Amino acid sequence: MRAETTTERKAAALAAFKDLARDPGVPKPDPILVVDNVVRRFGGLTAVEVEHVEIQRGSITALIGPNGAGKTTFFNQLTGFDTADGGTWAFNGNRMTGVPAHRVARAGMVRTFQLTKALSRLTVMENMRLGAQQQRGENFWRALIPSSWRGQEDAITEQAEELLARFKLDTKREDFAGSLSGGQRKLLEMARALMVKPELVMLDEPMAGVNPALTQSLLGHVKDLREQGMTVLFVEHDMDMVRDISDWVIVMAQGAIIAEGPPDTIMSDARVIDAYLGAHHDAPLSDKELEEQLHEAEEALEAEIEEETQK
Amino acid sequence: MDWITIISTTVKAAIGVETVLYALAAIGINIHFGYTGLLNFGQAAFMGVAGYGLAVTVAVMGLPFWLGIIVGLAAAVVLAIVLGIPTLRLRADYLAIVTIAAAEIVRLIFRSVAFKDIFGGSDGQRGFSDGFYALNPFPEGTYGIGWFSFNHRLLWVLLVGWILVGISCGIVYLLMKSPWGRVLKAIREDEDAVRSLGKNVFSYKMQSLILGGVIGCLGGFVYGLAFASVQPDIFGTETTFFAYTIVILGGAARVFGPVVGSMIFWVLLVLVNGLLSGAVESGIITFMSPVQVGPVRFILVGLGLILLLVYRPQGIFGDKREIAIDAR
Repeated sequence: MRAETTTERKAAALAAFKDLARDPGVPKPDPILVVDNVVRRFGGLTAVEVEHVEIQRGSITALIGPNGAGKTTFFNQLTGFDTADGGTWAFNGNRMTGVPAHRVARAGMVRTFQLTKALSRLTVMENMRLGAQQQRGENFWRALIPSSWRGQEDAITEQAEELLARFKLDTKREDFAGSLSGGQRKLLEMARALMVKPELVMLDEPMAGVNPALTQSLLGHVKDLREQGMTVLFVEHDMDMVRDISDWVIVMAQGAIIAEGPPDTIMSDARVIDAYLGAHHDAPLSDKELEEQLHEAEEALEAEIEEETQK
Repeated sequence: MDWITIISTTVKAAIGVETVLYALAAIGINIHFGYTGLLNFGQAAFMGVAGYGLAVTVAVMGLPFWLGIIVGLAAAVVLAIVLGIPTLRLRADYLAIVTIAAAEIVRLIFRSVAFKDIFGGSDGQRGFSDGFYALNPFPEGTYGIGWFSFNHRLLWVLLVGWILVGISCGIVYLLMKSPWGRVLKAIREDEDAVRSLGKNVFSYKMQSLILGGVIGCLGGFVYGLAFASVQPDIFGTETTFFAYTIVILGGAARVFGPVVGSMIFWVLLVLVNGLLSGAVESGIITFMSPVQVGPVRFILVGLGLILLLVYRPQGIFGDKREIAIDAR
């Protein structure tokens, strides 16, 4: 299974991480995003205090941490949705500190939200079209002259249709986004973000509230982003997913980055276990325990069957 | 009962001055509230600054009519910017609070004793509409068939008024079909999502506030010109609430919703008024005095609106599917 999904891009990403130290803030060979000393306080609570972190270009990096670790707040600082109390960060070498959210997106750093933000009373297609950048028809005066934006609109529609087909939403194109299921909304949000043609896609809990059947397809789409040369940074709680798709894992706890490492070994890092996963997270139940549990379950089942037949 | 009078006033109300000016105010509200989700409760102030801008320029300063119109339009744009800068970055409710307060401030300034020389206090201003009627292409006389006729002045006001309504609807139609309108509708749904897609939300909200304010302010001109006067209390909060009622009645975020809503609203008011006063005068209704008819018609129209919202919450033109989605 692993071998099948390993592609050139994945190999390249893994090679970049191969000899890196496991320390928080370790320098990467080719960082797309470099963050320094970002601090965000809410009154007396320091929600985020990240000294230094770098995101490797062309990789899938997972940002994990217990609830309240400040992952989403950290996202909000980087994407301009909140104002940091201090710190600097650079995207592609350009300083992005204090840049408003819409300019961050235009620069090529596009995020999604933990609570999906589908634009309910717009159709799926309109949701997609909205993502396209530099639309002539978004200027007030040009909007009054349809011939000035029709051509571009057609090109955008074509691009949107391709993406919708890829995300298997093409049959829903004229439905209101509000009528989609939770998982479909996640797909739509991701597809819409891709309409911006980003370099760095930041996904805030892409799997939250998605049914297991859709999870696999969403995972595939995330991997696909790397195949197309994009960089992915995502927040996630589901450890199986993190293990499956990420090339590198950054662990946050209480606002700070406490460890980094490859997904296979990060779970056994003492700092991570202490801060987040608890002592028993990775150790499966011992064989004996497993057998006992199995036995109990079987007994309960048998008892039930017996009861049924006696009726 | 005088059926001819009841029918003729009702039919005339369908295209009358009130219908025109409230349609314009409601088209503005529809851009704000229906398409962008901005709760502007100060539409009356936009109408007021336009009406007074025209009145003061012409009547007090003695400048030409066209300059008065330009001053009125500019005043509406400035008001939108002044209201928008502090509030459009905040949550929607703040705009509602600030606009309703600002509209009252504007009205109280117009009727204040301190500015009586400029705005004329509670009497308002008159004598500024000659320049408009000088442009009237219709020679003096009465036009129409039988009871369905208007004098040349009213005909000119209605013609200009309906042309303005037509142009405004045309602009709304073109804009809301365009990518520009798409951004507005998206802002109504979720600002942050729009921001995350690289759109300058503040700028679009400001454009929406200015456009809706300017279209609404045309209603202020129509009032001032039709009645050849402006009084501060015409531009009170109930004017804004009538405009909201009309938008909801017609169906929010529909191009012709405000126009048809305004027609229905005024037809109902005039019809109920005619029927009730006719019934009171001819002794069919004995428990009501003629003076009470005025308030009672608003009670009945209000009741009608409640029933409409219960049985047809999307308004006349609205889409039921959209309302269903709204209950997230």
